[in-house]
Amino acid sequence: MWKNLMDWVEYRLPIMRVANMHAIQYPAPRNMNFWYMFGFLATIVLVNQIVTGVWLTMSFTPTAEEAFASVEYIMRDVEYGYILRYMHSTGASAFFIVVYLHMFRGMIYGSYQKPRELLWLFGMFIYLALMAEAFMGYVLPWGQMSYWGAQVIVSLFSAIPVIGPDLVIWIQGDYVISGATLNRFFALHVIALPLVIVILVFLHIVALHEVGSNNPDGTDVKRKKGSLSEDEKTKFKIHEYYTSKYDIVDDIVPFFPHIVLKDLVGFSVFLILFCYVMFFNPEMGGYFLEHPNFEIANPLKTPEHIFPVWYFTPFYAILKAVPHKLGGVICMFAAIVMLALLPWIDRGKVKSWRYRCGLHRWNLIVFAIVFIFLGYLGGTPQENWKIVASQVATIMYFGFFALLFIYSKNERTKPVPERITE
Amino acid sequence: MSNVSLDAHDSSETENQPDSSNRRRFLTVATSVVGGVGVVGVAVPFIGSWNPSVKARAAGADVEADISKIEPGQLIRVIWRSKPVWIARRTPELLASLAAHDDKLKDPNSEQEQQPEFAKNPYRSLKEEYLVLVGICTHLGCSPQHLKDGAFAEYVEGVQEGFFCPCHGSKFDMAGRVFQNVPAGLNLVVPPYMFIDDNTLLIGSEEGAA
Amino acid sequence: MKKIAFVLSLLMSFGVLAAGGGAHLDKAEYDLTDKASLQNGAKLFMNYCLGCHQTQYQRYQRTFEDLGIPMDLGQEYLQFTGEKPGEHIKNAMPSESGAKWFGAPPPDLTLVARVRGADWIYTYLRTFYVDESRPFGVNNLVFPEVGMPHVLQELQGVPRMATEEALVDGEMIERHAGIKTDGSGELSAPEYDAAVLDLVNYLVYIGEPSRLESESIGRWVIIFLLVLFVLIYLLKKEYWRDVH
Repeated sequence: MWKNLMDWVEYRLPIMRVANMHAIQYPAPRNMNFWYMFGFLATIVLVNQIVTGVWLTMSFTPTAEEAFASVEYIMRDVEYGYILRYMHSTGASAFFIVVYLHMFRGMIYGSYQKPRELLWLFGMFIYLALMAEAFMGYVLPWGQMSYWGAQVIVSLFSAIPVIGPDLVIWIQGDYVISGATLNRFFALHVIALPLVIVILVFLHIVALHEVGSNNPDGTDVKRKKGSLSEDEKTKFKIHEYYTSKYDIVDDIVPFFPHIVLKDLVGFSVFLILFCYVMFFNPEMGGYFLEHPNFEIANPLKTPEHIFPVWYFTPFYAILKAVPHKLGGVICMFAAIVMLALLPWIDRGKVKSWRYRCGLHRWNLIVFAIVFIFLGYLGGTPQENWKIVASQVATIMYFGFFALLFIYSKNERTKPVPERITE
Repeated sequence: MSNVSLDAHDSSETENQPDSSNRRRFLTVATSVVGGVGVVGVAVPFIGSWNPSVKARAAGADVEADISKIEPGQLIRVIWRSKPVWIARRTPELLASLAAHDDKLKDPNSEQEQQPEFAKNPYRSLKEEYLVLVGICTHLGCSPQHLKDGAFAEYVEGVQEGFFCPCHGSKFDMAGRVFQNVPAGLNLVVPPYMFIDDNTLLIGSEEGAA
Repeated sequence: MKKIAFVLSLLMSFGVLAAGGGAHLDKAEYDLTDKASLQNGAKLFMNYCLGCHQTQYQRYQRTFEDLGIPMDLGQEYLQFTGEKPGEHIKNAMPSESGAKWFGAPPPDLTLVARVRGADWIYTYLRTFYVDESRPFGVNNLVFPEVGMPHVLQELQGVPRMATEEALVDGEMIERHAGIKTDGSGELSAPEYDAAVLDLVNYLVYIGEPSRLESESIGRWVIIFLLVLFVLIYLLKKEYWRDVH
């Protein structure tokens, strides 16, 4: 009975075929380490944001007059409303933590290199959409940081020659950030951008499964058809979509249950940290929820210090480092564009930092430190030494790409193992 | 799902260790059960948040109504929990006429639980004179019209006054009892209420209950 | 384990960034579980603050319930405006007259503890001092040029900035030596500090009334997740045993 029903459906809609192909019998390198769980975590956080977001929308009022009060209504009057809100606000920061780690994983193991350039680009588009989503979401509670943060970010567009000032007014729908701005950001935040992000994530995963997962060795687990003996092929049942095109080395595990279980271990650790923050420390020292944002937006009074939320501060520091308005904006966007261009800046043939030159390792480590340092500079009050420091850090940020472009041409690399090592 | 995985995993090593499949099964079931509990737990705030909020409950608190100004034969409307509540002061003639059309009603003796215990009487009220009803049709939630001075006789022969629902034509008498051959199946709801004094009615609580 | 350490250290690094500078603030050792302190804080707030400052996002009823104040007593002794306990804690002062009297409308205080922090409020309410040049005759150490009168003066007494002579680098100079009151207040100095701490406790509560409930749910959630983690970890080990 059940089987007949399943067959009836399967004949008309390939549920099991797709599940087998992409989730159950998908071949994954067995040496994928903890760095490989952040994609899974990002997906989980995305689901969390969508579900809690839908629920928050039920009690939120997107008007300049009511928005702030309606957030406090959620916090006080709606049953468990504070849990829903903290799940969403903690989720926003968690999203960027896992996404930054996910991106850094791609960098150290060369996951952006051929044939994964498009996969990387989709990832960068997700990152961009996510930044827009987070920015607009932060405006909605209509606190002081919402208002003045929006003021500063939207003003960036005024740096564009000729059309800038008019563009800013067009974006705001008023002469200042106003209820009209709040309304349109609300629409984009709850409908347009989530839709874009979900579609991009879908494309990101389709592209990943087409080229296959990279791994810490960078050794390809898919070989030319007929090049492997039966002994060398995997014993696991892998979907024929993959086995018909390639011989799969005995270095893989099926996505289900092996990778799923591995990801779930990471997921449960993540959940413990997430729930600790959510239940005990949702403000996270003013980094996840900034203190001035508990004060209602006041167009006449700028808070003493204004910073974007922590996940934007590295780019904010670059913006501030350049003593020229348009130049700063260009540098800030260039910083993101450089990341997107990594597949072409890196001219190396070896993927993983394990088998690349020592300079490459140091370059990556320094880059990570510089990025965090920029985040610190962008997220703390302005001081004199910080101006020079952020200029140096900005040069070092771009220096990473310049160096990489130079040394990757004729890099001395170690031999990449024929089979996966650990 | 776990069946799929065991089939998919056909390496022979597991069969060499007889404990393994038991342990595997036990852990799979235990994790699934605990995980299931977790999913139920996560659902709690999402389901709970749909309950009336404190704001809704504050707005739905008991309502006091001043009845000192109601003339005999007059009907006033007050809002309780965002619903219309009618308070009608019935004339002695009207009260006397109520029993006359019992045979045309679906539930003349108020057998259905549409009223507090105190209102389970021929007049469906605490004091005979005052009728208190939630003005929402028991069919699909429209608010019926009050027709009097013979206007109601157009709908039910011989009954001078009553309530007529414009949405689907349900009819109720001046005790909120539903007539036969209309879509509504139940009498109009009598809310809990009590008299604080002769001039003030409290809708939402009844005597004795907290 | 490596990953946990990594993520932890990442989170820690943000925690370190959070520490900021500014004037010296005294630590407010408030205790949200101390109902007596919260009740006293509520009493002080309703009597001294509510005349000018509202807490318009919080309702009387919720406050009474959370603080263990019987509804009828609360309504009789603490609720000066509005009739129903379900109403928000507001005052009758129009914000225009507030702006006229004080230069700016007195801010809503529902979330002040989340904006300023408990330590700031605790220090602020204890560092008013007489300064005849100000419109209300007082100034404040952590909020210079403050536009608010010292409403707790009848409790504290008249606070004056004390000075002392000190030998610094071979020169006698006059320097600040804290704030001393003239003893005309109803409370002694330690009693006043305790009263302010109660008020701070109340303001912290009102800033986030769900704090205690959140933490008690959170403890169970984390215990549950630890169990789940152990099970998933064992299950993962079991399935991966034959891979390597």
